[in-house]
Amino acid sequence: MLIMSKVKVILLTGRTIDQGVSKEHGKLSKEYQEKVAICEVDSSDLKNLTVIKGLNIKVITRFGSVVVKAIKSSRGSHPGIAYMPYGLWANIVVDPHTHGIGMPSFKGIPAELEAAPSENVTPIPVLLEETFRKKPQ
Amino acid sequence: MKELLIKNGFVYDPLNKIDGETMDIAVRDGKIVEEVKKGKTIDASGMVVMPGGVDIHSHIAGAKVNSGRLLRPEDHYKDVELKTVLTRSGVGYSIPSTFTTGYRYSRMGWTTVMEPAMPPLKAKHTHEELNDTPMVDKGAYPLLGSNWFVLEYLRAKMYGECAAFVAWMMNATKGYAIKLVNPGGLEAWGFGRNVRDIDDPVPNFDITPREIIQGLCKVNQILNLPHTIHVHINNLGKPGNYVTTLETMRCVENLATDNKPIMHLTHCQFSAFAGEDWRTFKSASEEIAEYVNSHSHVTLDMGQIVFTNTTTMTADGPFQFTLYQITGNKWVNNDVETETSSGIVPFQYKRKNYVHATQWTIGLELALQIKDPWKILLTTDHPNAGPFTAYPKVITWLMSRKARDDVMKKVNKKTRRKAPLSAIDREYSLYEIAIATRAGQAKALGLESKGHLGVGADADISVYNLDPKKTNLADNPEAITKAFKKAAYTIKDGEIVVRDGEVVNSVNGRTYWVKVETQANLFEIEPELKRAFEKYYTVKYENYLVPQNFSAHQTPVTAKARIKS
Amino acid sequence: MTLVKNVTCPICGTLCDDLEVEVEENSIVDVRNACAIGEAKFLNFTDPKHRNLKPLVRKGGELTEVSLDEAVERSAQILAHAQYPILYGWSCTSCQAIRVGIELAEEVGGVIDNTSTVCHGPSILSIQSVGIPTCTLGQVRHRADLVVYWASDPYSAHPRHIERYTSFSDGRFQESEWEHYVTRLRGVLGKKRLSRASARISMREVSIPPIADPKLPPEFETEKRKLIVVDVRKTRSAEIADFFIQVEPNRDFELLQALRLLVKDEELEVDKVAGVPVDLLEEFADILISCNFGIFFFGVGLTMSSGKHRNIDAAIALTKDLNYRTKFAIMPMRGHFNVAGANIVSTWQTGYPFAVDFSHGYPRYNPGETSAVDILQRDESDASLIIASDPVSNFPRNAAQNLVKNPMITIDPVVSPTTMMADVVIPSAFVGIEVEGTAYRMDCVPLPMKKIVEPPKICLPDEEILRRILLQVRQIRQTGGKA
Repeated sequence: MLIMSKVKVILLTGRTIDQGVSKEHGKLSKEYQEKVAICEVDSSDLKNLTVIKGLNIKVITRFGSVVVKAIKSSRGSHPGIAYMPYGLWANIVVDPHTHGIGMPSFKGIPAELEAAPSENVTPIPVLLEETFRKKPQ
Repeated sequence: MKELLIKNGFVYDPLNKIDGETMDIAVRDGKIVEEVKKGKTIDASGMVVMPGGVDIHSHIAGAKVNSGRLLRPEDHYKDVELKTVLTRSGVGYSIPSTFTTGYRYSRMGWTTVMEPAMPPLKAKHTHEELNDTPMVDKGAYPLLGSNWFVLEYLRAKMYGECAAFVAWMMNATKGYAIKLVNPGGLEAWGFGRNVRDIDDPVPNFDITPREIIQGLCKVNQILNLPHTIHVHINNLGKPGNYVTTLETMRCVENLATDNKPIMHLTHCQFSAFAGEDWRTFKSASEEIAEYVNSHSHVTLDMGQIVFTNTTTMTADGPFQFTLYQITGNKWVNNDVETETSSGIVPFQYKRKNYVHATQWTIGLELALQIKDPWKILLTTDHPNAGPFTAYPKVITWLMSRKARDDVMKKVNKKTRRKAPLSAIDREYSLYEIAIATRAGQAKALGLESKGHLGVGADADISVYNLDPKKTNLADNPEAITKAFKKAAYTIKDGEIVVRDGEVVNSVNGRTYWVKVETQANLFEIEPELKRAFEKYYTVKYENYLVPQNFSAHQTPVTAKARIKS
Repeated sequence: MTLVKNVTCPICGTLCDDLEVEVEENSIVDVRNACAIGEAKFLNFTDPKHRNLKPLVRKGGELTEVSLDEAVERSAQILAHAQYPILYGWSCTSCQAIRVGIELAEEVGGVIDNTSTVCHGPSILSIQSVGIPTCTLGQVRHRADLVVYWASDPYSAHPRHIERYTSFSDGRFQESEWEHYVTRLRGVLGKKRLSRASARISMREVSIPPIADPKLPPEFETEKRKLIVVDVRKTRSAEIADFFIQVEPNRDFELLQALRLLVKDEELEVDKVAGVPVDLLEEFADILISCNFGIFFFGVGLTMSSGKHRNIDAAIALTKDLNYRTKFAIMPMRGHFNVAGANIVSTWQTGYPFAVDFSHGYPRYNPGETSAVDILQRDESDASLIIASDPVSNFPRNAAQNLVKNPMITIDPVVSPTTMMADVVIPSAFVGIEVEGTAYRMDCVPLPMKKIVEPPKICLPDEEILRRILLQVRQIRQTGGKA
């Protein structure tokens, strides 16, 4: 049996230009899922995960877990930091606590990554129905 | 045809020299007329009837006012207005929300209010807020005293071109009058500096405040704008600044013709400080009054201090920075490209503080020592020296030595000992109050249909529950305050909008702006303006302009310019 | 074909107003001067795959096409009968629509909150406690010889910000640094190519550039306009900068306070603060003090990470301190094109910029209590109206669940997870493309949004939809529907 190794990271979520552009093609478009259901991981962390870039990983926090595509971060070296664009997928794992001021913690969340080569990214309509138990349009 | 008759009131209408005579005032379709036959009648017997109040200088709308609102939730928590069937909800206290501002002015019997500091780049913001300020007629003064185009035209002594530019500006911003704040100093503040006096050149622009003041005064004369230039002096709020004030008034003396005012010096209390520093600080009201009493080319307004917690806000960025340094309170600074700056600092005026108490005396001393009430108008520079809702109190202080003495007993001892106010006996009559709060203000603004009750005037009328025949007002200050706080009736354009201090009818009110008419082609400068515009601003020329009818009820007032083609 | 000039872009708070749009028979065929995001919007907004073109009402669990009147009627019923509805969104519509939205919230005694609540809400809380020295963007263009982006990546979120207002713009007292940048870039690219080539030859992994520049480059001594980026990772904007300082995640507060000490000529007794060597920080502090006009632009990297509004307190306090030494300003990088306008209109009408609660009959404000996410997490609201925004995607899951659980009305031109989960969907026209109105730039400069093409017939302006709902709500309440 293969034991999946886990990597501990600090998870950031934020805007990317690809997310901004693909949003204008519609949030149900293939482009949007490709650009947003991702996690940018440092190459050294990817190695430790035994994941090849482009394969899926599971992002796990205290608040939930989600499967997204692993992308090798092209933004310099930053081991221990993982980055997800804003969107439905990222918001499953962010810290919802507002600490009494209205603002959840969207950045700087302790998280674990694990390889999920056999799991798929859940498309938005399915994700919506699973999360909310209400029929999406 | 809608008619209204206000019967048997004591009428105070100084522009028509009516001083408390018992008369009827007739109204038809929003205007004062000779007589009416039918329609509603208000029995005003035993009450005072005046033209609706006019405010020449009150920060009620626009970017800076709104930043003040945002900055101070603690100012609002203590003072809320509930929604009613007729009115929108809102908050006070020193920087009320727009609806509340309109209702509160109207409840006191005011019908016209001018916003005195509009950054041209943000003119649309001012107009959007004015549009949401009900009950009163309004207008706004674009800030021009540190505008790059103005500085460059005046440096080159191109007065005609500068006049054309200002005419363009009035149209572009839908503005009403030329406003100068710390002329030249706000450009210097762009790099954190200031000008020292009216002859200290503006860095990088090689022009002095004196040249800016004189230049814009000439421009104002060329354009024949309804109001004079409206000036907040250099060195405002600094000990010893009365010298700058005198120099500012003197520097346009030669431009005056036929005894007409050519400059309005605003919130003069803040500009009548003697002394070297805050320790030696004292009143210079006598020096200012002496000058004003012997000259006829200036009008002033008081900027009267009220002991309360308020919010100071001016376009004078460097002055506000000084206030921040003095108080350590939270501080907003907002510089606007190519045009102006601004600053906001919350402030508490304290009775026991020598400087604050002396400031309180200075405002009243100016109003009581300047003999001609047409020359000094009642304001609190809302909200800088106190909120406009304090007007009933200020009226009371002017009308009653007893009321002043009651405050004097509670203020700082050194102030009590030193202030010239202690020796002043003068008490304003209702006739003089009508000048200081209505007639004089409308006259200075050049609003010909406001501030009086003659035939043809706008039917903006206030009725106060006050009987000067039965009560000795000076001995009964509470009666004055009470009456002016809640108008028995406020009538706006012939409609009863307030009754017993409550809004009974919500109306919109107009926004006045000045449309310059001339034989000459004012827009000859336009191609050059457009070219420079791209370099000076981060917005496009077309997007800068406030379009005609940008907000509802925009009303142009025509000025006939004397530009040679 | 017509060319519409001076078009304001309805994407982000940069609010570029120099777009040129080519229109042919009521359709947009080309757009010039826009960034990639703006261009994508102008060229794709009509795509029927993601455009709401039918009014929908949920019947028997499924969204079903209805007439516009029925959708409006259903919305009014939901709002008129709700005890504590939330009216949320507002940052992608016009100020004219926001005005009506506030009136509607007041009428139904609900809460009106805008997207700044999960964006720069903490910045506003901070401004309310310490103030803010700031300016319009033109001041930066003309005067700033030092520009610092802190926890902000304009390249990704505000693509034309640098070109229009900061380092690559030409001002009266400052010149664009574009040419210097290009020269430097050529050098860097050359090095990268070399290292890639050597990697191929030696069959080793390409060496990655160092995490943070360990010390200042020599050209920093020169008089030229400087661009510095401070962030937790080397963003695209950091690559453009003259210098990049990498701060450890959640430790911006420490770094800002350390700089405050240095600016006040205090000494630090440690080697590193938040991962940054102290001698580098000392140099940074010198740069801050010695500029003629400096500006911090900060992003949600500060508001969303540990410390939240306290980070902004520290950043503003540093800016205030710097004003004793030189001229310095600070500005939040506002996201949506009219989020500033949502704050501004709310403030002039109610006194408060967001999270305004009308349930007592007057405006009440207490973020943490009256803010959307908190109300939803406490499960207090019983209905919602969402306009021009997508909280089902953007709120934490537990907040979104409570939103979806209760009747939800959406007014939106596009299909989003929120409209998909709604109970009423009212299609609307795009502000800035199909409807005109006012929007406020991140520096609170108002700009006109243009109408360039006609919207599809069924898509009304937000303002009009809201007015119709308001009218119906009043009718229902007058006839005692509330009871």
